[in-house]
Amino acid sequence: MSVINLKASEVQTREARLGSITGFAGTAGELVGCARAGTLKESERSFSQCMGCSSGNAFCQFSMIQDAIVVNHAPVGCAGDFFTFNFVYRVGQMERDLSPVIGRYFSTNIEEQDTIFGATQKLADTIRKAYERVRPNAIFITTSCASGIIGDDVEGVANDLSEELRIPVIACFCEGFKSKIWTTGFDAAYHSIVRKLVKPPEKKSNKVNVINFWGSKIFDELLNPLGYEVDYIVPFSTVAQLEHISEAAATIQICSTLGTYIGAALEQVYGVPEIKSPPAYGIAGTDRWMREIGRVLNRQGEIEEVIAKEHERVLPKLEEYRNKLQGKTAYLTAGAAHGHALIALLQELGMTVQGAAIFHHDPIYDNGDVVSDALAHAVNTYGDVPNYNVCNKQAYELVNILNKVRPDIMIARHGGMTMWGAKLGIPTLLIGDEQLSFGYQGVLNYAERILESLDNKEFVINLAKHSTMPYTKWWLEQDPFSFLRSDLDVKTY
Amino acid sequence: MLKLIEQPRYSCALGAQQSVIAIKRAVPILHSGPGCGDKINRLLGQGEGYAGGNTVPCTNASESEIVFGGEQKLGNVIEGAFKVIDADLYVVLTGCTSDIIGDDIGQVTSAYQEQDRPIVYVETGGFKSNNYVSHETVVKAIIDQYVDKLKKGTDKIKGLVNVFATVPYQDPFWNGNLEEIKRILEGIGLGVNILFGAESGGINEWQSIPQAEYNVVISAWAGLGIAQHLEAKYGTPYIHFPYLPIGGEETTKFLRQVAEVTGIDRSYTEAFIKKEEEKFYMHIERMADFILEFRYGLPRRFYTILDASYGIGLSKYLLNELGILPAKQFIIDDTPEEFQEAIQEQFNKISSLRSAKVSFNVDAGAIQEEIRKDDHKHRALIVGSAWERDLATEIGGDLLILSVPVAYRLVLNCGYAGYNGGLRVIEDIYGKVLDTYR
Repeated sequence: MSVINLKASEVQTREARLGSITGFAGTAGELVGCARAGTLKESERSFSQCMGCSSGNAFCQFSMIQDAIVVNHAPVGCAGDFFTFNFVYRVGQMERDLSPVIGRYFSTNIEEQDTIFGATQKLADTIRKAYERVRPNAIFITTSCASGIIGDDVEGVANDLSEELRIPVIACFCEGFKSKIWTTGFDAAYHSIVRKLVKPPEKKSNKVNVINFWGSKIFDELLNPLGYEVDYIVPFSTVAQLEHISEAAATIQICSTLGTYIGAALEQVYGVPEIKSPPAYGIAGTDRWMREIGRVLNRQGEIEEVIAKEHERVLPKLEEYRNKLQGKTAYLTAGAAHGHALIALLQELGMTVQGAAIFHHDPIYDNGDVVSDALAHAVNTYGDVPNYNVCNKQAYELVNILNKVRPDIMIARHGGMTMWGAKLGIPTLLIGDEQLSFGYQGVLNYAERILESLDNKEFVINLAKHSTMPYTKWWLEQDPFSFLRSDLDVKTY
Repeated sequence: MLKLIEQPRYSCALGAQQSVIAIKRAVPILHSGPGCGDKINRLLGQGEGYAGGNTVPCTNASESEIVFGGEQKLGNVIEGAFKVIDADLYVVLTGCTSDIIGDDIGQVTSAYQEQDRPIVYVETGGFKSNNYVSHETVVKAIIDQYVDKLKKGTDKIKGLVNVFATVPYQDPFWNGNLEEIKRILEGIGLGVNILFGAESGGINEWQSIPQAEYNVVISAWAGLGIAQHLEAKYGTPYIHFPYLPIGGEETTKFLRQVAEVTGIDRSYTEAFIKKEEEKFYMHIERMADFILEFRYGLPRRFYTILDASYGIGLSKYLLNELGILPAKQFIIDDTPEEFQEAIQEQFNKISSLRSAKVSFNVDAGAIQEEIRKDDHKHRALIVGSAWERDLATEIGGDLLILSVPVAYRLVLNCGYAGYNGGLRVIEDIYGKVLDTYR
């Protein structure tokens, strides 16, 4: 178990904290075995393609807090994701019937002379100007490779400005080079929220924290009848709302890759119980998760009724889908925990998972409880998955594998990957709303989308016919893991 | 100096990775942090193209390279890229991490250059400049380290010109614009190295850069340095048209300037201009009654929040050919001071009858505040980026998105340059206006 240390300004990386890795080739069962035996070993790639970085993931959590603003202490290029998250923010406003506003994000625009003389003055002045312009209730500062290497005292500026402006001005350390696992950025964002924004509980509330991105509000339906209100955090929350998440009755995560740190932090620091079962994907997984909710919220009776009712409603329909999908093959690429969930879901539908390229692997989460291992759950419940590759968005490996495996469908959770299925003529599905496939109804929703994609072949057939391939013939004939080497120096700091 | 940016509309020096991607079968190799390529692609890409986006090779600098240097890792990734990625040209670009710690990428890359591998290196650490500036740096490096070695000769080919017109992807309409520019220059009888995009001839075309008789720069300032470099290197003189020519008047002016300097057949040029103008003004005439008679409200003044080349080009066009009056114009491309006066001068004589106010500011959040404070008695047109959506609604105006981030548009080969581009501006503005009625 990692010990949450709110005294430290920076959160430790996932590599250091959890022993997480980004390179592995084998079966899912082997990976789980290594993780439990403590023999998981990182491998480095001698050839690699662009990944993501922590600063983007930290920004994704801050950028949709309704009354906070973000100052990115970086050269202007690091602000390239401002509008993409603003776009997501505004889509969510539509879905939530909020009036349209733009996200207020500022770049300090670090330039050459700043790398020599330091840019703390620039940071302080930018914060003052931004404050004057927006009058927010909190300001988050995200750092960059440049600000990190030149050694700006960002924490010092944040503390000074907090006093001066009398609002929380909070530093979040999320330099891209610090971690190979960009989800460390989530941890960094949550660390700064729990450390500087969340207040000790004054009372216990009837609220349940749901750590999520910006998916649909499916938890109201389950929890409201049980007498609980749902706080969807962090996107679309307010500063005041975040200050009180320590008072909640429980914390639910829709994805342990996302919420591992904040779930554990709220439990360790403020005693908010975290639902530790893997998120509810597939029937067996949902049963288990529901019972855990019932136990933690002390609503066992009611939950059993819901389970029975839902089984009666969902199982016959599921059987119909299973008949249609039986024996169809799928290949999957996704972030870690959600990928594990999708593996379970595909197997639940009777499909054969031929392999998966999953962005990283956390052998254990911050709560230290092996119960939360969703991959172990999938393997134990539904059987092993061959060709399980831990691969941080290395498209060249993916293309090589897809070209050999040729599944009936490719499932992707993140952008930039789908094209490689489609270019090979393989129907490809990307689902953005992580809540779509959650719970009992989610299994049906997902089945419907898969059937629709399997049926939609014309586009990919035509695209494959006219597409170019930037990968060499030589490469497509090689072992996909030719560049994955465990002998390269891998150091964790 | 405080130079904060709310609502960024350009990228850092490494943003020039998009210029490499815009060359057919060329691929950048980033020696940078792990997220740089993705962030640039989010602002400046719409689709990966051949080998952009997630395909771009990258060393993904981690803490150990920061401490011990990343030269060895760069060597590995270059080796891998040669084997895995099928490309004609590889361009190594550095990010902040490498430039601050001081990796010697020249040494790593030159070993491959000595083996005659098609590879070029450039230091583009994000903090060094923006991508308008580094576009020049990257093109110059490709010329010096690649073209010069493989050039087909330095004898000039009669009537051949190189065009440096737009910063690919930073100008979301770069492909369409370059297609139109190539079309009209060929129309007056020139041979054209357009160098980027669908109408270009890939690296073959680049290899004939030294053989051009002239370089044609269509830009307020970005790209001018390339032409000056080529003048010094190969003695090729250049023609500078300091903004994007849009519509009948300006495109004709541009073509006449090029024809005069290059000395090509005048009557051939005039015949082409006549044919194009006839077509163009036939459409203008056809819709003039619409502009004059539509009773329910059309935009009567415009703001531009654009880079200098688009700002001048659009302003001239909207005023002179569509009769929309200039409110204030804002240039957001961090124009170097040495060029600001000439740009100011263009706005001073925006038509023979009037001048327009212009200011230079990279912080578009401040620009929006200024526009918001104006008195909005009349329906206005904002030509800007996706950031202007709510502003346009608030002031009861219309928005034409022309600058990154484009976000609410999908751009393929649409272009606003030239005769065809001028017509496209009209369709896009008034199409949007008419769409506001129930």
